[in-house]
Amino acid sequence: MKISTFFYTLWQGVRNLFRNGWYSLASISTIAACLFLFGVLFSIAFNVRNILMTAEEAVSVTVFFNEDANKEQVKNVIGAEIKSRVEVANAVFHDDDEIWEEFGKSYYGDDYAEGFEENPLAGDYNWEIFLSDVSMQDALVTWLQSLPEVRKVNYSEITAHTLTGMNSLVAYVSIAIIVILLAVSIFLISNTVRVGISVRAEEISIMKYVGATDFFVRAPFVLEGILIGLLGSALPLFLIHELYDYVIKYVTGRFAILSSMLNFLPIEDIFKYLTPLCLIVGVGIGFIGSLATVRKHLRV
Amino acid sequence: MTLKEKNRIKRENFIEDHGIIYLDKVSMSYPEEGAPAVDNVSLRIDKGEFVFITGDSGSGKSTMIKLLLRELVPTEGSVYVNGYNTKKLRHGQIPKFRRSLGVVFQDFRLLRDRNVYENVAFAQRIIEVPSAQMRRNVPSILSMVGLAGKYKSNVRKLSGGEQQRVALARALINKPSILLADEPTGNLDPSNSWEIMNMIDEINAMGTTVVVVTHSPEIVNAMKKRVVTMRKGIIVNDEEEGLYINED
Repeated sequence: MKISTFFYTLWQGVRNLFRNGWYSLASISTIAACLFLFGVLFSIAFNVRNILMTAEEAVSVTVFFNEDANKEQVKNVIGAEIKSRVEVANAVFHDDDEIWEEFGKSYYGDDYAEGFEENPLAGDYNWEIFLSDVSMQDALVTWLQSLPEVRKVNYSEITAHTLTGMNSLVAYVSIAIIVILLAVSIFLISNTVRVGISVRAEEISIMKYVGATDFFVRAPFVLEGILIGLLGSALPLFLIHELYDYVIKYVTGRFAILSSMLNFLPIEDIFKYLTPLCLIVGVGIGFIGSLATVRKHLRV
Repeated sequence: MTLKEKNRIKRENFIEDHGIIYLDKVSMSYPEEGAPAVDNVSLRIDKGEFVFITGDSGSGKSTMIKLLLRELVPTEGSVYVNGYNTKKLRHGQIPKFRRSLGVVFQDFRLLRDRNVYENVAFAQRIIEVPSAQMRRNVPSILSMVGLAGKYKSNVRKLSGGEQQRVALARALINKPSILLADEPTGNLDPSNSWEIMNMIDEINAMGTTVVVVTHSPEIVNAMKKRVVTMRKGIIVNDEEEGLYINED
């Protein structure tokens, strides 16, 4: 293929976009509307998941030890065992002297030690364990309770189970919604591309009668499909990008009481996944849709 | 000698022996129709001939054009055009085959969103003629069909006669050896019809083989060319300097 033919087909693809202005507008709008809805739901699902994960990270198990246990051994040997478990994301050792100092100061002020000859919290040193996955809490608790040095394990079964359940629910519901929306988008977008090209079946047949090769006929249509897909996916991305911060400010302002719980993700974290996904869906459907539809009309 | 050259010589020899268009016991049946549209037809057209194919609706003349264009493949027999056996052409070879033909249709079949120049140049684009040469060729062919001043006009704004002239210019710009015209005057008034037919006659005089499908007795009778008359898929008459034969 000559370079001039290559540029001619490119130019025809761009021109087709304007020649069939209404069709292009309808296709771009359909793609943009579908992907906007998809992007909004994707952002919501991502944020809900993030809020749940933040809540999960705050869930901890506290383990106390018998009076006859050796504090140094608990701190070093058992501490190392705890940290090596897969269920554990992080573990913090709280020394009983430090606990009393902190608690005493906050409760009685700087004179907290007056009237106390000994640390009333002696022997209450503990490990505070943060979970890597809240659904693994039961396994960790069972293991901790099996240790002979362990006196007591503090944990909330309800919190862990509720979070695990909500997490699964959010994951399943968001996956289902996103898959359904994606399927609807693919159906609508490919139909729009198909109808747009079908009305130009005569144009394709004329080109074929004159002796144009399949590539020569197909290339401008495919390029047109790609451009429509590109514009149709760039538009909702731009809109979501512009609206995101505004919506977050509104939600955190409107529900200020929940602001500590509502830990929203920065737009960059969402766009890291949303941008390639939207571009793949938009451009991919534009490309495959136009390729398949033109192919049908090439048998002249 | 390369395979390409061998094939070209083979085709030239075939044309010498059997004509530029050769139909050998050709039948064409459509699955949805009972009787064949073309029934055991044999026909030879030599280089440089001008042939009318006439007949009433349903006589099989449009199917003949589709067979010659390789839009259809015969259900029986063989169609040879320019030495190519259309039945043996692979899908990828069809564009090259069609470039050796010029085609004109009753409904013009122009690219409606492009101007006169672009419609004619399109035929040159597909064979990758250099732009500079194209800029010489297109105005030249447009002046031949009397449209030099309208090269920028959108084809939708042209009269029927002018649109058919654009179609004729597009068909001729690549200097085809055969011009196939399917009812070229079907949508034109008598004055425009004669202008188009005179142009086609001039093209034939320059050596191009012409096949015109028509059901216009006035044109057929006035031009005194070879007339092939079809009825119900069969050639019922084939006569040099013939006349239009009515079914009744």
